[in-house]
Amino acid sequence: MSKQRTDGREGTASRRAFLAAAATGVTGALAGCAGIGGGQEAGNQAGVSGETLTLTTTTSTYDTGLLDEIHTDFEEMYGVTVDAVAQGTGAALESARNGDSDVVMVHARGLEDEFMRNGYGVNRRDLMFNDFVIVGPESDPAGIQGMDSATEALTTIAEAEAPFVSRGDNSGTHTKELNLWEAAGTEPGGDWYQETGTGMGEALNVANQQDAYTLSDRGTFISQRSEIDLTILVQGPIEDGPEILANPYGIMAVNPGVHDNANYDLAMAYIGWITSPGTQEAISNYQVNGEQLFFPEAVSEDPDFQQYVPEGWSSNSTDG
Amino acid sequence: MPLDAVAQFAPAVVEFPFREGYVSSIIYVSLYVSLIAVTLSTLFSVPVALVMGFTDFPGKQFVQSVINTGMGFPSVVVGLLVLFAVSNQGPLGTFDLIFTKEAMIISQFVLATPPITAISLAALTGVNANVRDAAHVLGGTRIDVALVVIKEARYGIATAILAGFGRAISEVGSVLIVGGNITSADGISKTRTLTTAIQLEARQGRYETAMVLGAVLVTLVLTINAVVVRLGSDEVSGR
Repeated sequence: MSKQRTDGREGTASRRAFLAAAATGVTGALAGCAGIGGGQEAGNQAGVSGETLTLTTTTSTYDTGLLDEIHTDFEEMYGVTVDAVAQGTGAALESARNGDSDVVMVHARGLEDEFMRNGYGVNRRDLMFNDFVIVGPESDPAGIQGMDSATEALTTIAEAEAPFVSRGDNSGTHTKELNLWEAAGTEPGGDWYQETGTGMGEALNVANQQDAYTLSDRGTFISQRSEIDLTILVQGPIEDGPEILANPYGIMAVNPGVHDNANYDLAMAYIGWITSPGTQEAISNYQVNGEQLFFPEAVSEDPDFQQYVPEGWSSNSTDG
Repeated sequence: MPLDAVAQFAPAVVEFPFREGYVSSIIYVSLYVSLIAVTLSTLFSVPVALVMGFTDFPGKQFVQSVINTGMGFPSVVVGLLVLFAVSNQGPLGTFDLIFTKEAMIISQFVLATPPITAISLAALTGVNANVRDAAHVLGGTRIDVALVVIKEARYGIATAILAGFGRAISEVGSVLIVGGNITSADGISKTRTLTTAIQLEARQGRYETAMVLGAVLVTLVLTINAVVVRLGSDEVSGR
């Protein structure tokens, strides 16, 4: 997406040098050891300096302020600009599918897998996680407080026909909510179930004003808690709630084989940087209202190989 | 400059949770995009209105109804059309315009052109036929006549431009889609305008700051209108 990218193409030699450096960094990060050692090697950075990386991402990573906090480091390291476009998972993937972004950071594994299977995304990494929580008014009309099953809580809300606000926008949170209803074996519908078609912050406001329940990612809820009267009624796995409420974020580069205008080398440099130990630590140190919002999971002594491929994929499977 | 005054004054009144330079940079992007779009619209619309006003051609009625429909064209629809055009897969894809100010200028141009054309047309056709005849009789060429008519209709045209500007700067749907509402990590706007900033604040439930930004936007539009009206009346009293 970068305006200056054509200039970069002309400087083929320095571009190759950078590619090599970026590859070193990425390989290092993949092995979970040296991290972005390549970043320093690219210190004379003539190849990418001035370029722009377009990142499409979800409202939850952007609105919590995380990206603004950490991006300065990447921009200074490479002398580049990151354009972060907050769209919601569905729209972020669609922009990438159209070749309008270079790298995507989203949180809906099912949609990410489809994106990869269709050939649009490559080099996926697990990035970080937090969790979803079911929030609602303190009066808790349906009586779900302290339930240790998210599906049971949703079934109870549906049976009580207590107001529930759904994102209704094909976002990662909306996708999770629909999966939960399906797992609960309940078809939501009726006057009590409202689709707002808005971002998480707005959905929380709507729920707040109508004394309704809703599903929220913990990060957005924490960053907005001081403005609203809702409270967490069913915890996610971070506070020992059910595992089904886990909220993992993944990052992928747009496949340059499909979109040859994608700034693939800078995208890979970004992925290498954000999954490096230093940035992962910055993510875990990021706090809003005194609480940690995101828990890094890219660096591990024992990498999960399933993070690179669509879930359940193996070279023996039919689509291998 | 009154605009700088707005930028500096507003944050002084209310404690903004924003970083330094944020508010002035979104004001700058708002003005940059809207002013260029409206200028281009005007350069396109006034000649079109002149042709429409003084010549007859087949399909004129149809063009007229297209322009009138365009005045009510929803901005999100314009945003979607421009998105398809400038997206990597679209006809303008090679220019890498998606998520840039240029893409926002295109969509605001599409939005501002119909009202500017329609109101200019009304103003031009409203010029007394005697004025036109007089200009002809005095030996004016077609260009001379056109200039005389434009001069007579200047207040109407100014109103048209202000209407187009008002539509452009207060519009949120299309600039959000094609611009992407981007700021850099240090809080300087790239494609974030006052309207999309307001939308972002509202999305996060920060209605007070959204309201303050709204006040900045209204003040800005009011100032520009006042300046234009003032220039107009100065000109009248100066004659």
